[in-house]
Amino acid sequence: MSRLAHLIKKEFTQVRRDPAVLRLILIAPIMQLVLFGYAASNDVRNVPVAICDQDNSADSRQLAEEISQSRYFHLTPMAGDPRALEGLLLRGTVQIGLHVPRDFHRTLERGQTAQVGMYVDGTDSNNATVAAAYLTGLLRARGVSLAERSARAAGRRGVTMPGIRSEPRVWYNQDLKSVNFMVPGVFAMILLVLTVNLASLAIVRERETGTLEQLLVTPLRARELLIGKTVPFALMAMFDAGIIFLLARGWFHVPFRGSMALLFGMALVFLLHSLGLGLVISALARTQQEAQLTAFMVVMPNILLSGFMYPVENMPVVIQYVTYLIPLRYFLQIVRGIFLRGVGVEVLWPQMAMLVGFGVVTFAIGALAFRKRL
Amino acid sequence: MALAVEVSNLVKRFGDFTAVDGISFSVSKGEVFGFLGPNGAGKSTTIRMLCGLLLPTSGEARIAEHDIYRETELIRRSIGYMPQFFSLYPDLTVRENIEFYAGMYEVPRARARERVEELSGRLGLEGLLDRMTRTLSTGWRQRAALATALVHQPPLAFLDEPTSGVDPVTRRQFWEFIDDLAREGTTVFVTTHVMDEAEHCTRLVIMHDGAIIAEGTPEEMRTRYVQNMVEVQAAPLWEALEALQASPLVREAALFGDALHVQLREEVVDPAEAVRQALGEAGVAVEAAECIPPTMEDVFVALARGGEEAVREASP
Ligand SMILES: Nc1ncnc2c1ncn2[C@@H]1O[C@H](COP(=O)(O)OP(=O)(O)OP(=O)(O)O)[C@@H](O)[C@H]1O
Ligand SMILES: [Mg+2]
Repeated sequence: MSRLAHLIKKEFTQVRRDPAVLRLILIAPIMQLVLFGYAASNDVRNVPVAICDQDNSADSRQLAEEISQSRYFHLTPMAGDPRALEGLLLRGTVQIGLHVPRDFHRTLERGQTAQVGMYVDGTDSNNATVAAAYLTGLLRARGVSLAERSARAAGRRGVTMPGIRSEPRVWYNQDLKSVNFMVPGVFAMILLVLTVNLASLAIVRERETGTLEQLLVTPLRARELLIGKTVPFALMAMFDAGIIFLLARGWFHVPFRGSMALLFGMALVFLLHSLGLGLVISALARTQQEAQLTAFMVVMPNILLSGFMYPVENMPVVIQYVTYLIPLRYFLQIVRGIFLRGVGVEVLWPQMAMLVGFGVVTFAIGALAFRKRL
Repeated sequence: MALAVEVSNLVKRFGDFTAVDGISFSVSKGEVFGFLGPNGAGKSTTIRMLCGLLLPTSGEARIAEHDIYRETELIRRSIGYMPQFFSLYPDLTVRENIEFYAGMYEVPRARARERVEELSGRLGLEGLLDRMTRTLSTGWRQRAALATALVHQPPLAFLDEPTSGVDPVTRRQFWEFIDDLAREGTTVFVTTHVMDEAEHCTRLVIMHDGAIIAEGTPEEMRTRYVQNMVEVQAAPLWEALEALQASPLVREAALFGDALHVQLREEVVDPAEAVRQALGEAGVAVEAAECIPPTMEDVFVALARGGEEAVREASP
């Protein structure tokens, strides 16, 4: 066995005997899946919606009918006055208020875009975003058919007609299931959480327990130690990725339309970035506790800014610029793109290029910091 | 004879604190070389520089005829190092630790197994090989650490306070083991502040405040640095101590167990008689006063005091 093989074997033995790390590797991914997969998918059922229909036309009534029939929404008694919507939202009676204005039907008939006011209770912003996106999707689909009908009636065939204005947000998750949105996200997020946490302990732990002193007098090379300290974590992360993938397909029935080789290949590229990040933390921290706190403080904003829970498009513009610096954002787009849209390099190349760039640079910095601190 | 360690003008500064202040010495192959000195003398710092764990501020050193700046790779292959502070993996068993380090030195697997058997036999570790290292008491941890440091049969072994925290019986076994190692041809470089252990060394240096203040065989040390040593039994002892410390003939008087060790000035011809006289004048009853050969501890106390005086004189 080579030195490297001994090192990797030792790392696995230590992990096997450390309940905290075992929990992180075996239980955490499942918990995250259940949490985000189930909790989120249940939440977007029966979202209470109120409609203030001032148009009171056949079209507007049909719209209300359709909303009430959807299993995602629950139509509560109508409010007659747009201002009453505000009260319902304030009291939390409904989560979304729709205001159909007086000229809804006429605007559509003229072949113009009808404005429908949508007021969303953002307290539970994650839930609200998803619900609002669903409703927008529904309005849009409805709008297209209404517009087509009025266009036909007006005899203007073949001209593209605007319908109800809608800003599609979760547009690629067409069957409107949040689990399809969340589970691939968990796939990406777990890789970050796991590897940053494990790699951040890589050297501090040996330094703090004093074992580094004995290790560094051996002929072991810095490069070997670097590989020995990252490869085991990469393997564990890929193992978790495999488990999440199987559960996503077998248990949550998330569609998978793209290339598996591409998905796992990009996961490896992303690991370059996350392991590099962990190594930098490990090199800077003086104690294990400091390393873990830093890891937490690095991982949290990464997740928040990546679009894992809240779509980047909904963030303030300034923050949106910041998200360009978050490689998890690109990885999420890649993972969701491969899972749900089945797209490959031809579409995702800009994100892939960014991810490769970030991966190489972060790992290089991590490796340098690691060497310097030995 | 070829030199195992050759050090000249080695300096280590931490900021503006000088931990090792231009020391020079050499160790021949096959020696048991003792490195003595009080806490903070700079012993561990020196060893860590020689093992390539710490970069010297300046100075030269060659280990097993390799340069410490340019040939670290070769040095690492030829030395074993037992750090002062326990540094085995607490969550691996003793056997796993030893075999892991055998792996680091690329000892073939079959040979590594033999070494585990051999070393655990000689150090009495047989029954503990599959114990988690974390659960061992200090003495057994030190044995495990010793076995680990020697698994690849290095020609040169640096042992930094191998006997610290170890009971007297185990201490004796350790030194028998070290003597055996030397007989088999391993050069041993060992630090300690237990002075009677220094008797096991073929040669030793004493370090104080980063400098070497004495060097020689244990025998040379005793005769060169401490003369006119008298052991005194008197009652009351503390009055005797005060009287002797006040006497102009006495260089040093210290409590040593239930007796006093008194060192008289070189010019005193009959030290035992001088002590009796001094105590007689002070009215203290002398039970016994006889010349004794100084112990290493006497040497150490004398030198350490001397070192402090030298420092005080140097900095007005
Ligand atoms: N990394 C460091 N940074 C700053 N000072 C240090 C460092 N390492 C050692 N020192 C200082 O250098 C001096 C010598 O320390 P060293 O550990 O070499 O002493 P020692 O002779 O081994 O003592 P002991 O018998 O207590 O082990 C001490 O004053 C110590 O505080
Ligand atoms: Mg020391």
